[in-house]
Amino acid sequence: MPVTTIGGQEVHVDDEGFLTEYDEWTEDLARELATNIGIADLNDDHWKVITFLRSDFKDQGETATLRRVSAVGGIPTKSLFQLFPKKPARKMSYVSGLPKPAGCI
Amino acid sequence: MTDAPIIPDFGDDDEDRKISFVCSKGTLDMAYPALIMASGALELGIETHIFFTFWGMDMINKKTMGNLKFTPVGNTSMPVPAAMAPLPGMTTFATHKMKKQMEDLDIPDIPTFLEHLQDMGCHLWACKMSVDMFDLTEDQMFDGLDGVLNVGEFMEIIEGAQTMFI
Repeated sequence: MPVTTIGGQEVHVDDEGFLTEYDEWTEDLARELATNIGIADLNDDHWKVITFLRSDFKDQGETATLRRVSAVGGIPTKSLFQLFPKKPARKMSYVSGLPKPAGCI
Repeated sequence: MTDAPIIPDFGDDDEDRKISFVCSKGTLDMAYPALIMASGALELGIETHIFFTFWGMDMINKKTMGNLKFTPVGNTSMPVPAAMAPLPGMTTFATHKMKKQMEDLDIPDIPTFLEHLQDMGCHLWACKMSVDMFDLTEDQMFDGLDGVLNVGEFMEIIEGAQTMFI
C-alpha cells in the first residue's frame, strides 16, 4: 500500500491516490485533496456532501453512489455535477477520503 | 514513500468522448441495461445521448413507461420450461420478480431513472418516425425529452460517438 504526503501529512493511498484509511482523513486534508484536483474552495454545499458520504460510509461500509446521495442524502444530482465537475462520483469520494463507489448507479 | 504526492488523474482534459444508445425494445429487461450504462457514462463525464425508437418508445410513453413488462416467453436464460412460459400469470410473476430485484439493488423504476439521467445531463431523443407511427404527441411523452429527431438529425448529433443498439 503506497504512502504519500499530502499537506505535510503522511497518508495511505491506493495506486490511484484514493485514501485507504478512513481515520487518516481530516477536514484540513479534505481541503488539500480538493485543491489537488482543482477545487479551490470547499463551500457549505461541498461540506454537506462530504459529511453525508463520510457518515453513510460508516453505516454502510461502502461509498454512496450519486443516486444514493440524491435519494437518501437529499442533495440533487444536478448540484453534484456543479460541485464536483464532470466526474462527481469519483471526485466527491476522493475529497471525502473514501474509495470510489462500487455501485453502478 | 514517494516524493511527489499520488493524485488521481480524473482525465478532465479528455473532452472528446461521446456515447449513444439506441433503445429499440420495450421490455423491462431490455430497458435497464441502456439506462444503467448511460448512467455509468455520465458519471465519467462522457457526453451521452439516448435515441428511443420502435418499441423503445414504450420507455418514454407516459402510458407505458411505469409499467414495462418482463416475459419469460422465448427467453432461454429463464429457468422456466418453454411450455410453461406462456401460461397466464407467468409474465406478471416474472415482471414482479425483476422489479423486486432492481428495488433491492436500489435501482429506481424507469420514470425515476430517466429523471436521474436527465439531472446528470443525458440527452434524450424520440425517433420522429416512431412518434408518427404510434401517433404520439409531445405531452404523451416523458417531459424531460430533448426533442424529436429524424434519423439524419440523430446521425449528425452522434458524429464521433460510440453507439450501442439495444
